[in-house]
Amino acid sequence: MAFVQQSSPHARRARPTSRLMLWVIVATLPGLLAQTLFFGWGNLINVVWCVTVALASEAAILKLRQKPVAFFLKDNTAALTGLLLGLSLPQFAPWWVSAIAVVSAIVVAKQLYGGLGSNPFNPAMVGYALVLISFPVAMTTNWAEPALLWDGAPGFGDTLAAIASVQQTTVDGWTMATPLDEYKHKIVSLTAEEVVQHPTFGDGVARGWEWVNGAFLAGGLVLIGLRIITWHIPAGVLGGLVIMSLAFGSNADLYAPLTLHLLAGGTMLGAFFIATDPVSAATSHQGKLIYGAGIGVLIYVIRTWGGYPDAVAFSVLLLNFAVPFIDHYTPPRTYGHHKARRGVPGRTQG
Amino acid sequence: MTQLWDFAGGIHPPENKHQSTARPIRTAEVPERLVLPLQQHIGEPAAAVVEAGDRVLKGQVIADVADGLGVPVHAPTSGVIDSISELPVPHPSGMTDRCIVLRPDGEDEWIQLHPATDYRERERTEVLELIRNAGISGMGGAGFPSNIKLRPPKERKVDTLILNGAECEPYITADDMTMRERADDIVAGLKIMAWILRPGRCIIGIEDNKPEAVEALRTAIEGTQIELAVIPTKYPSGGEKQLIQILTGMEVPSGGIPADIGVMCQNVGTAVAVGHAVLEGKPLISRVVTITGEAVREPGNFDALLGTPIDHLLAQAGLMPEQVNRLVLGGPMMGYTLTTTAVPVIKTSNCVIAATATELPAPPPEQPCIRCGQCAEACPMELLPQQLFWHAKATEFEKAEHLNLFDCIECGACSYVCPSSIPLVQYYRYAKGEIRVQRAEQLKADRARERFEARQQRLEREQQEKEQRRKERAQAAAEAQAKKKAEAERAAAEGSAVDERAAKAALVEQALARKKAKADAGKPAASAEVPAPTPEKPDLEALEKQLTQAQSKLETMQGMLEDAKAQQADNVDKLERAVAKNHDRVQRAETALTEARQQLAAESPTTD
Ligand code: SF4
Ligand code: SF4
Repeated sequence: MAFVQQSSPHARRARPTSRLMLWVIVATLPGLLAQTLFFGWGNLINVVWCVTVALASEAAILKLRQKPVAFFLKDNTAALTGLLLGLSLPQFAPWWVSAIAVVSAIVVAKQLYGGLGSNPFNPAMVGYALVLISFPVAMTTNWAEPALLWDGAPGFGDTLAAIASVQQTTVDGWTMATPLDEYKHKIVSLTAEEVVQHPTFGDGVARGWEWVNGAFLAGGLVLIGLRIITWHIPAGVLGGLVIMSLAFGSNADLYAPLTLHLLAGGTMLGAFFIATDPVSAATSHQGKLIYGAGIGVLIYVIRTWGGYPDAVAFSVLLLNFAVPFIDHYTPPRTYGHHKARRGVPGRTQG
Repeated sequence: MTQLWDFAGGIHPPENKHQSTARPIRTAEVPERLVLPLQQHIGEPAAAVVEAGDRVLKGQVIADVADGLGVPVHAPTSGVIDSISELPVPHPSGMTDRCIVLRPDGEDEWIQLHPATDYRERERTEVLELIRNAGISGMGGAGFPSNIKLRPPKERKVDTLILNGAECEPYITADDMTMRERADDIVAGLKIMAWILRPGRCIIGIEDNKPEAVEALRTAIEGTQIELAVIPTKYPSGGEKQLIQILTGMEVPSGGIPADIGVMCQNVGTAVAVGHAVLEGKPLISRVVTITGEAVREPGNFDALLGTPIDHLLAQAGLMPEQVNRLVLGGPMMGYTLTTTAVPVIKTSNCVIAATATELPAPPPEQPCIRCGQCAEACPMELLPQQLFWHAKATEFEKAEHLNLFDCIECGACSYVCPSSIPLVQYYRYAKGEIRVQRAEQLKADRARERFEARQQRLEREQQEKEQRRKERAQAAAEAQAKKKAEAERAAAEGSAVDERAAKAALVEQALARKKAKADAGKPAASAEVPAPTPEKPDLEALEKQLTQAQSKLETMQGMLEDAKAQQADNVDKLERAVAKNHDRVQRAETALTEARQQLAAESPTTD
């Protein structure tokens, strides 16, 4: 009899990477649904387009790099990157803006760094930041007016046509500044009460956005419940944001209120789905908390004093830079040891 | 209620235990031949004390360890020693080792037994000796000789004695069934160990997935001080370090042993063996082995004689040979695969899994690490498995070591959860192995360097000594020279030529004097008036002395030259010149002496 020779353990839990990624994809669906309901077909079309471009560019670059295409495509990570971009980009972002974002995410930020597992930066956010800097107009003027589907305009075909057009700003009638953008620009001259008169705020915190953020929060909690992500990074992000807004922004006549920070823009999507990308995030629990908090603080700083109304992409990327440093100083204390061994041998520590 | 603590990480793999708990422990049939490896535990291998052809009785010592760490091996039944040869033994590498092969005669005839039911009246060391002589080594893990373990260093008092009945590995039920069926034996053995160690507390730790075992033990410990701790089921709670943490909240220091914090863990099987050894005088000759897996029709536990080939047990459990895909010795988390069913049951064998291909499927291909951190979350030792893997893969062993690689207990929890199906533990084993090799090499290199340095030092010392001798000689020579010079001066002062030139001058003077003497021959008065201090004859004595001195100096110089040549010193040239010079000197002294002698000979008729 010839027996299989194998190193222990002989049993393993069947929850491969592809499945984890699939769960993350599934968990974004409530958010996508909310986006579609409140902002029209834009994000849905974006998602389909971005995922398609992501898979195509991943396949092409894998082929160029002479890697097994099917093996890696099946891990669902490219699809997830496309999906996250589709969810983050403005609803009416022109197709080529989205495509540039996706291609640079997959080809440059992921594969040119060595592919899955080797990229130091969050690919989706690299793509996002790139188009945000390169095409500021397309990226800021293409946000849909909230509650479009409820109000019945524009339809799927119009949206598709708008996205597919080569022009950058053809959809004036249906677009509107995002609540964070609006608040930031108006609060300089107006009171908080006057600012929130703008329809983008609706009756609550930020019309539509609050539902979208709520849906992403729900999806994120599911991921934590399934132990696909841990609570540390989202808690860090939200905690950092909350602490900063309590410390600096208690006066709504000067700065955006806490509720707006939490429920407008890409806050929940960023906290639960983007910052938690394991490849580019810190690893230990303590490190994750620090990493998350750093993102939260930066989001507040950039939104409040920086030049961009939403700041998830830059914050995540900046903290990606800090990951090796954070990891370096946050190893857990091993069983049976008095303290954690920080740093690496040979270098000065502390 | 014993207070419980939690340990970090841990996983919940499917237990797969019910298959083998359906039947009570069966006594395995005695096979046609028993194969008893001479090394069944950590330490020195035993040496056979029987020869092929000897008849042995059940319980007779057939191999022992004369000195060093080890315990004897006993004949599991009566029979004839067939051979002592190299045979496959249970080992991850599939290696062979020396084994005594015993052919049972079916009589099952015991040697004379010496129970020590009165052990409490005896010396502790005597009871420890009984345990040693019964061949008991730990039956749970690595198999450390129990008598040694039960004798911790004096300054390390054992406050807490823990009986490990957690048995957290999936599939294995040997301890579970032992606890269910032999609870009294376990408690009896535990009491003996407690009597030896006098701990403050005795705790039996059992996972809560073994309610029957808990019940049986609860009954057995009634009326004793022994605590029963039912702990949550989580792998690897049966790991010694984890169990200690669960039951005491303390951690075994890295690189230390439980006794460092006043704790000792013993396996339930070991307790039974200790009880039998002391109370019945019976050595360790059998153990309970779980035979399970989907490729056997009747999985269960067997009380098998040590040395029983595993295929014999598999056959009794109804092996379906065409179904077996993987044969694991031990549990699915930490066990290793066997290459053959021919290996025997030894003191540490607790489980054999004959798994089908669907039961333990081949792992999917390894994918890149996505840094998900699940491994770190599962790690009971709070390591960073992913970083360890990274460094091991990059052969940055120093960094891996810095991240406490050697604290990894190879429990496999990290590999189990890794979504990228990276065989993490394999990388750690590889890294540990490499580091050990490097260390051994380093040690060897250090030793070689030390040896080299010692040699260098010795040579230097010798050189210095030689130098010293040379200096001494040189000094002695200089002194002699100085003395000679002083003498010469004195002699010169006395008017006697010592120096060769002086000698020649003397000769000239003498010649002149002779002529004068001849010329004055006719006037004796004048001859009588020749001043006394003027030497009339060459000073032979002085010349001889001069020659000997020159000769001895030449010899010295020659000796030095030879030394210098042997050492290849850089003063060889100088010495060579010196030798040549001295040689000349000797010759000159010789000439002078001969001339003087001739002259004397020529003169004597005239002077007389
Ligand atoms: S579980 Fe596997 S994929 Fe995840 S961090 Fe650990 S090694 Fe990497
Ligand atoms: S095998 Fe080592 S690194 Fe992996 S979980 Fe166990 S102790 Fe941690």
